[in-house]
Amino acid sequence: MSAPSANLSPQTSKSGSTDIEDLRKMHVVVVGHVDHGKSTFVGRLLHDTDSLPNGKIEQVRRNCAAEGMDFEYAFLLDALLEEQEQNITIDTTRIFFRTQKRAYAIIDAPGHKEFLKNMVTGAASASAALLLIDASEGVMDQSRRHAFLLSLLGVKQLVVLVNKMDLVKYDQATYEKIKTEYTAFLKSLGLTAVDFIPIAAKHGENIVNRSQPMSWWKGPTVAEALDNFRHEDDLTGLPLRLPISDIYRFDHRRIIAGRVEAGAIRPGEELIFQPGGRRSTVRTFEDWPGPSREVAGTGDSANFTLTEQIFAERGQVVSHIHNQPRVGREFRARIFWLGKEPLQTNKTYRLRLLTQNVEAVVAKVEKITDAATLESIQATSVPRDSICEVTIRAARPIAFDLHHECAITGRFAVEDAGRINGGGIILEARTEKTTREGKVTSAERAARAGHAPAVIWFTGLSGSGKSTIAENVERRLFDAGRQVVRVDGDDLRTALNRDLGFSAADRAESVRRASAVAGLFANAGKITLVTLIAPLAADRAKARAALANHPFIEVFVDAPLEICESRDVKGLYAKARRGEIAEFTGITSPYEAPESPEVHIRTDKVSTDEAVKLVLDALDKIQESKAEDWEV
Amino acid sequence: MSRNAQNDHLTRLEQTSIHIFREAFANFRSVCMPWSMGKDSNVLIWLARKAFCGKIPFPLLHIDTTYEFPEMYEFREKAKAIHGIDLIVRVNEDAIRRGIGYATHDPVTVTHELKTVPLKAAIDEFKWDALVTGIRRDEDPTRAKERWFSPRSAEGVWDYKDQPPEFWGQFASTAPEGGHVRVQPLLEWTELDIWEYIRRENIPNPTLYFARNGKRFRSLGCHPITHPVDSPASNIDEIIEELKQTRVSERAGRAQDHVGRNAMQALRAKGFM
Repeated sequence: MSAPSANLSPQTSKSGSTDIEDLRKMHVVVVGHVDHGKSTFVGRLLHDTDSLPNGKIEQVRRNCAAEGMDFEYAFLLDALLEEQEQNITIDTTRIFFRTQKRAYAIIDAPGHKEFLKNMVTGAASASAALLLIDASEGVMDQSRRHAFLLSLLGVKQLVVLVNKMDLVKYDQATYEKIKTEYTAFLKSLGLTAVDFIPIAAKHGENIVNRSQPMSWWKGPTVAEALDNFRHEDDLTGLPLRLPISDIYRFDHRRIIAGRVEAGAIRPGEELIFQPGGRRSTVRTFEDWPGPSREVAGTGDSANFTLTEQIFAERGQVVSHIHNQPRVGREFRARIFWLGKEPLQTNKTYRLRLLTQNVEAVVAKVEKITDAATLESIQATSVPRDSICEVTIRAARPIAFDLHHECAITGRFAVEDAGRINGGGIILEARTEKTTREGKVTSAERAARAGHAPAVIWFTGLSGSGKSTIAENVERRLFDAGRQVVRVDGDDLRTALNRDLGFSAADRAESVRRASAVAGLFANAGKITLVTLIAPLAADRAKARAALANHPFIEVFVDAPLEICESRDVKGLYAKARRGEIAEFTGITSPYEAPESPEVHIRTDKVSTDEAVKLVLDALDKIQESKAEDWEV
Repeated sequence: MSRNAQNDHLTRLEQTSIHIFREAFANFRSVCMPWSMGKDSNVLIWLARKAFCGKIPFPLLHIDTTYEFPEMYEFREKAKAIHGIDLIVRVNEDAIRRGIGYATHDPVTVTHELKTVPLKAAIDEFKWDALVTGIRRDEDPTRAKERWFSPRSAEGVWDYKDQPPEFWGQFASTAPEGGHVRVQPLLEWTELDIWEYIRRENIPNPTLYFARNGKRFRSLGCHPITHPVDSPASNIDEIIEELKQTRVSERAGRAQDHVGRNAMQALRAKGFM
């Protein structure tokens, strides 16, 4: 996590007071060129802060003897066999220790170029960095490349350790020369080192104990510099950004789960879900074992219910209405590329931004930079371990911020064939071309509506309550901002089906026409509600088959004949009993109840509200499972 | 003042672990959580219940080596009832028939046969693509290099030389062909964090951790190869005080870690937790 944008008030930190032990771990990454002594430094740091378990020194002494080597502090960390043979840190190692002030996790990142991805992994989880430069070798490629990556990864607190001062006879002029050269380099990246500390890690000089030969050094020791690092800023004061991890419906509750990445969220607040733009209000937190919290701040994994059930899915970013993320498909970004294969234009990758995961292409490579020299490279594709500026075009709209506005929603990873191979920060939003060619696809319609179409087919006896439930479902969907239309059997009879009567053949034709109409609406992207008695199973099966392109929910609106007849809103049962209507379903013509409808509602047993909820739940379920389909 | 992830280090660890659980559940088709009944495992259950609002939506797996302490079997039944766990129990009957055991074999062989082999068989049987484990980076140097989401091959092998990058909350979200992904929500926790959290949340644990006659178990495994350490700590408060002072490593009482120079690495590369 990196610092918030400048327009927000600074947060007060408890770590300012030194008399209270701070239990939050400070994550510090140790980086630098290969063989500049990182692992030795960390081993010595642990030793000098008295942080090693009993027997560890003896174990390492034995291991060194087995390899026929002198004692190496580096072996404390490089515990894997391969590393002991090659003396290179392959992967990031984390070591926990504490000073009087607080607890630390030291991340030892590999300096070898082969292992840049591991350095990125280590540095991305750090709040501060120690960068080692060998005094006898000076500034090398990886010294520069690592600083470039630190700037991209958002690690802003940096202390440079000029190591192996013993090899240059503790010469202050050598130290000053490296400091001047490297300060200028850092400045070009927008970085400033808090301090440059001259050390000799092997001999424990200026780590915890001050160096006698370097009595000219009046600045802090490494241990003092560590204790001066501040924790990353609390982002609770930023605008709310909560990416949805999941939607749980383990019981009667529908719970939105996601981590607050910035800002804070409270019950009663109105929210907007992007992309899609649906709005709802936080009803309750659902914390186990309770009582539920009153507010979820940055870093908290929240779980909450909504007052209005709206369409929501993993990936959407939840914010407050007055301070939303941007929504779009195109942006300019600075990327670091770690893939074995070069990054290519017009090849489809997956772009992962918080919980969003969409297909995307690099539309244009604008500039490739050699991270070690900061010089531009002329190339058509982006080679491994380089940094570039590109235009990215996602297959469908995503929610994001610019990196300088809100770092956490302004950065993303690039995945290729299931593997994360790069990352980037968003520099600028691009307006996509508005003229696209060819016919409008159903995916484009769904992307605009924010949901896929569906057909909900209500079948049941006259008077069973089909229209009442359908009207209420329509109202709820309409109010939640969804594209919804209702096709009513009685309405059809006044116009489209004016030529049809109630014979079996005419009923079959009526069902066929209703399904054709529903298909047209669904093709246009609508959630289509059909209310039709449709008494025969064979006719309904044909309708379902004709609408196979769309999610189909059959709702059996079920009530005993006596109850339907007693309701008799339109007086039809009375007419049928008097023999004025021939072939009236339930009286003089059969009704074949559906055997396995998606939803079965006994209207003599449940309220209209409960019935509506059953239908909406079924719709939500099917739309969540279909959400992937509407990627353009 | 209410606890939140910013101002309280245990809450920060807890909330991060919950996020890891949720990302795993959203990403993978079929999740399982091996349960050793030890303290870390019991903290995982608690975190999973918090992540999923009370009830864990996937099964737990106990690989029963048949060498558990008798008290652990009692604890298993008690905890099952308390947490409402859907528990699968597996034993490598074949290895036991072949006479594999601590009386006749070395700890590395027995651990492999009675833990790793039946674990792999269960993965094949249930086709899980993600296993939630309770390993922590502070336990052992090889575990310090782990990822939150750590892919394993079909043979259960950990390719620690070529691990996927992991940054900005983006994890390896697909299992290798025929393999699975280890999901490790406790990676950032220390032994001290675990006990402080157990105290804060009042999480049930076996009483073997508490000293009797001047000795207690700090880490629990098969009884023939798990030895108690000298300790007067007979309750949680005393354990926490002891851990703040101790210089003895946690797994010192676990014999299989110390057989060869790189015993733990060899075990883990073959699929051990």
